[in-house]
Amino acid sequence: MPEKINKIVRIDGLKKSYKTNTVVDGISFDVSQGKCFGLLGPNGAGKTTTLRLILGLSPADSGALSVFDLAMPANARLVRQRIGVVPQSDNLDPDFTVAENLYIYGSYFQISRSALAKRIKELLEFAGLQDRAETKIGALSGGMQRRLTIARALVNDPELIVLDEPTTGLDPQARHMIWGRLRKLMQQGKTLLLTTHYMEEAERLCDELIVMEQGKIIAQGSPTQLIHKNVESEVVEVRSGGEQAIKFLDDTNGYRVEKAGDTHYFYSNNASELVIKFEKIKDIVFLHRPANLEDVFLKLTGRELVD
Amino acid sequence: MDLRLPRVRKSAFTIWRRNALVWRRLIGPSLVINFGEPFLYLLGLGFGLGAFIETMDDMPYLTFLASGIIAASAMNTASFEGMYSVYTRMIPQRTYESMMATPIEVDDILAGEMMWCATKSLISGTAILAVAALLGAVSGWQALWVIPVIFLMGLCFAGPAMVMTSFATGYDFFNYYMTLVVTPMFILSGVFFPVTSLPVTAQFFIQLLPLTHAVDLVRPIVSGQAVTNPGLHIAVLLAYAMVGYYLAVILVRRRLVV
Repeated sequence: MPEKINKIVRIDGLKKSYKTNTVVDGISFDVSQGKCFGLLGPNGAGKTTTLRLILGLSPADSGALSVFDLAMPANARLVRQRIGVVPQSDNLDPDFTVAENLYIYGSYFQISRSALAKRIKELLEFAGLQDRAETKIGALSGGMQRRLTIARALVNDPELIVLDEPTTGLDPQARHMIWGRLRKLMQQGKTLLLTTHYMEEAERLCDELIVMEQGKIIAQGSPTQLIHKNVESEVVEVRSGGEQAIKFLDDTNGYRVEKAGDTHYFYSNNASELVIKFEKIKDIVFLHRPANLEDVFLKLTGRELVD
Repeated sequence: MDLRLPRVRKSAFTIWRRNALVWRRLIGPSLVINFGEPFLYLLGLGFGLGAFIETMDDMPYLTFLASGIIAASAMNTASFEGMYSVYTRMIPQRTYESMMATPIEVDDILAGEMMWCATKSLISGTAILAVAALLGAVSGWQALWVIPVIFLMGLCFAGPAMVMTSFATGYDFFNYYMTLVVTPMFILSGVFFPVTSLPVTAQFFIQLLPLTHAVDLVRPIVSGQAVTNPGLHIAVLLAYAMVGYYLAVILVRRRLVV
């Protein structure tokens, strides 16, 4: 018998339109306790709107939505008391220092002053900002601000943490640092719900994810399941000289070819033969790699994700 | 549109406290404004004009002017805070966005903002009262009754100001309200001269303006005369405050909860 899994978020047939523009178009999914669940898709796919619906910051047109088994948005206050939110761009309070930001934010949850003092010390440590407690927000780097925003989302010791593009706009080093922090939270048993348009981020962090496009879910599963189910295991990515490469092959049978921008993608479950052939062609630049979520997206939509 | 009546909860005080903490850091410059400006008005106009106009409405002109300026400053302070500062926190600074990710709702935010606007009115109005007392324009301790009235005036002017903010597209938008509403009230509602010196038809419209009622409450308290129709004046100020708050809440909900 499968063990009973607690569902933190349940969504069934959720719809939301702005005037004639349908932003979320009948999506259904559940988020299990203690997992990292990802919403993946290009800008404008409806990811942020989905989060707003879950937080009760936006009323849905139709469909059922509950968080912690409480119907939303009717129980928004109760639910948000137990959620931590990391918004897409930092909205730290510029009038205050690092520690004051945590203090003020904690007061929005009606947490007592004494409980907060202890909590803030832990959070500063978590964010690696112990030495910056008295620093004004404007003097922090982008990576530090993001870490503080994540720490701020933990002030109420939330059961569910909602992150909207947690690493967008950060340099690779800062991004890795954030990923480390998020994994730490998962080890503590927190449930994470995040949106991203970085395939690498989704692959590294998410136990389960949905791929959204134009308000609809176009694929769902674990990263490996999604890759396994949708695309061949290997790819040869030809960045220049793609047309030449196709001509050179007598037939492309056995290979699936996709084109996105200037790049041609040759998919196969065994691409070593192809690599040997391509090495003989002058003037082509190619890369042989295992398939990833980017390829899943390309296959399902015919487009690259972003960037 | 979400037309439900707002619920005012304890959380509103959290918002008030946030603003108070910010203000505390900038206490120097704000107190200079609060004391300096009325001081100049009272010295310049009170003594300058006062040399020509000894009494107005059976009181020294300085007392007449000081009581009018107390009411006008409550209006200006609350209007400014309710528009420019509230807008800054709502749109460019996105402070409300961060608050609304917590159990705080629009109802709480605007109730807290309104109390804060009134608190700032209280600070500037009390500063003027102190300056006026120093200059000998206040007739006795009964003038302290003006303090709760100033707070009520702050609430009254914060309401309509926040309604403006709820559909403002930028700071320039507030020029309309400042020029078409605040300034006419400042000039016509009895701050500098009695409303009764204006044409009768104009007086009818001026009686609809909140500042007129605010002045009618403040002036007799400061000069030690009996207040006529206190119930009416308080009711008008309360009505502007409550209707303004309700409209601001539903309009800000429409703007932020979409």
